[in-house]
Amino acid sequence: MDRQDYERLRWRCIRRGLLEVDIALTRFLDEGFDKLDDEQQQAFVELADMEDHDLWHLISGQADIDDPRLAPIVNLLRKS
Amino acid sequence: MGCFDSLEVVSVSIPVLKFDAVIVGAGGAGLRSAIQLSEAGLKTAVLSKVFPTRSHTVAAQGGVAASLGNSEEDHWTWHMYDTVKGSDWLGDQDAIEFMCKKANEVVVELEHYGMPFDRTDNGKIYQRPFGGHMSNFGEKPVRRSCAAADRTGHAMLHAMYQRNVKANTQFFVEWMALDLIRDDEGHVLGVTAMEMETGQIVIFHARATIFATGGAGRIYYSSTNAFINTGDGLGMAARAGIPLEDMEFWQFHPTGVAGAGVLITEGVRGEGGILRNSNKERFMERYAPNAKDLASRDVVSRAMATEIKEGRGCGVNKDYVLLDITHLDPATIMKRLPGIHEIGIQFAGVDCLKEPLPVVPTCHYQMGGIPTHYSGRVVMQQNGDHNAVVPGFYAGGECACASVHGANRLGTNSLLDLLVFGKSAGDSAVEDLKAGRAHRDLPKDVSDKTMARISALDNRKGGANVNETRLAMQRTMQDHAGVFRFSDMLKQGVEKILEVEKAARNLEIKDKSMAWNTARTEALEMENLIEVAKATMISAEARKESRGAHVRDDAPDTAEFPNGRNDAEWHKHTLFSPVDNSITYKPVNMQPLTVETVALKTRSY
Repeated sequence: MDRQDYERLRWRCIRRGLLEVDIALTRFLDEGFDKLDDEQQQAFVELADMEDHDLWHLISGQADIDDPRLAPIVNLLRKS
Repeated sequence: MGCFDSLEVVSVSIPVLKFDAVIVGAGGAGLRSAIQLSEAGLKTAVLSKVFPTRSHTVAAQGGVAASLGNSEEDHWTWHMYDTVKGSDWLGDQDAIEFMCKKANEVVVELEHYGMPFDRTDNGKIYQRPFGGHMSNFGEKPVRRSCAAADRTGHAMLHAMYQRNVKANTQFFVEWMALDLIRDDEGHVLGVTAMEMETGQIVIFHARATIFATGGAGRIYYSSTNAFINTGDGLGMAARAGIPLEDMEFWQFHPTGVAGAGVLITEGVRGEGGILRNSNKERFMERYAPNAKDLASRDVVSRAMATEIKEGRGCGVNKDYVLLDITHLDPATIMKRLPGIHEIGIQFAGVDCLKEPLPVVPTCHYQMGGIPTHYSGRVVMQQNGDHNAVVPGFYAGGECACASVHGANRLGTNSLLDLLVFGKSAGDSAVEDLKAGRAHRDLPKDVSDKTMARISALDNRKGGANVNETRLAMQRTMQDHAGVFRFSDMLKQGVEKILEVEKAARNLEIKDKSMAWNTARTEALEMENLIEVAKATMISAEARKESRGAHVRDDAPDTAEFPNGRNDAEWHKHTLFSPVDNSITYKPVNMQPLTVETVALKTRSY
């Protein structure tokens, strides 16, 4: 991911509507994002595009996701 | 940049976009204002740091108050009484009457915009009770809150965003407004702003400028506010010489996760959770022998703050207490307190079934803000007039102080505030523009202040680190102007925050790039936060009584001054002047528009 795409993603992770999502995404971006391959990074971008409540329900385990590309990233977010 | 159909250029590098109205902020208040302006056929721009439905309004769950009377008898005068009492009589009664009377209208309008309110069996909007809302002038709880499941704010943003799209409002998403443009006569002519994608600075030249930028809860170390709540509108107003009103009043919640701010519901104490200090002592037994951990929010918050101040806090910095539920049946916790286990693991690194949760009183809502009339017009003291209108400038929602919340806000009145005053700011702007308010000439130095700030950030070497400066500010605010305030701590706090201000005016960033420079954006936000922090600390030190959410150790509950409130000396609004850090006061408006005054009396529930 080039610098511009990364910084755009960063802004969209560190400024959310819900504090819970701010913290979870910022932390993951700082600690786990670099370790993902290109396809996984793209999956994270898709997750970060979700509405705050939906995303928080996934991260907090109150909802599940079937998509085989996104589910592993959700698991990583839950553990981070 | 997409829509430059009205582009002028005032210098080689700064484009000018001309609109009838520019609105800063796309949360509830900004979207509601924009509907009024766009539907009146005015060319309206809305600037937002994020996509509108990611504004912090999305976090509001409780509902919106309106005396619809769908479930039982209710009346706006009862709602007005509750709001005056909740404000500890610091709210302006003309504005409170205006808001409570307009509540039904704005809720029904929202329903027509497509808001999916919960319904009763007969199809009416379902209403639930909420703390502080009573029938018949404080007699018994009344069902007044209208909600859309637990996503009221979210549903509200979606309904109003769609309405704006239909009305051709032009959205500038991922743009940050930087400075208010005022001319020599004090008229407001728009804002300078930065497009994050390019780093380009642009002038938005408008006949009407409306601020709807939300609160600044991030001035505190522990805050329930999302990171976006950096008080940008207050910072811009302060830099343009406009005072900030009643900034000492902040609502706190007793139990946020220490270090994160995420709320732990009061239901945890309801289920048997116990607060403990570093000695493992159940300290609430000393402060409230009967109610103990179930005492009211303010009693619990003050007890927690006292334990921390007296050195019985936990952790390396001794700055939090513990909420213990390890004695409860795990099955009960998982069943009755869904999400608490995950919150503990995610934000405290603690399995609450086995270890207590670290908690601290946490900032939640800003009662003060940019001084406005109930029409949404921004006002300031001028030539002996306490409420002289600042021409061309309007504000609504949490960034504004109408003042309806006074010294403390009732739950569900915040969503009502942003609907009513977002709408009235929009209506007033439409009225003023239709009466002939034209685009005034931009001053020659229109963008100098903004460009100087950007240039200083880009060129400074050896300056202060943004994250460290923010943390120093947040720690200072939390320790010195938290939920329970002490005279000596406030005095030290003023000195400390003025020191932090020096650092905040001397920030250095390493990244100098134009496109998506989040370091620069965060530095610019920090310059806004410090204005709010300073106003809060100095206003809090100056107010020597206890009132609503401002509670001082040296203004206790006595027979002469019940709850520590001293109306003879302090029944007045604070106005903090950012020009010279001075304070003046103005009277509280005790004259409602059509009904009798709610006379001063002791606030007790």
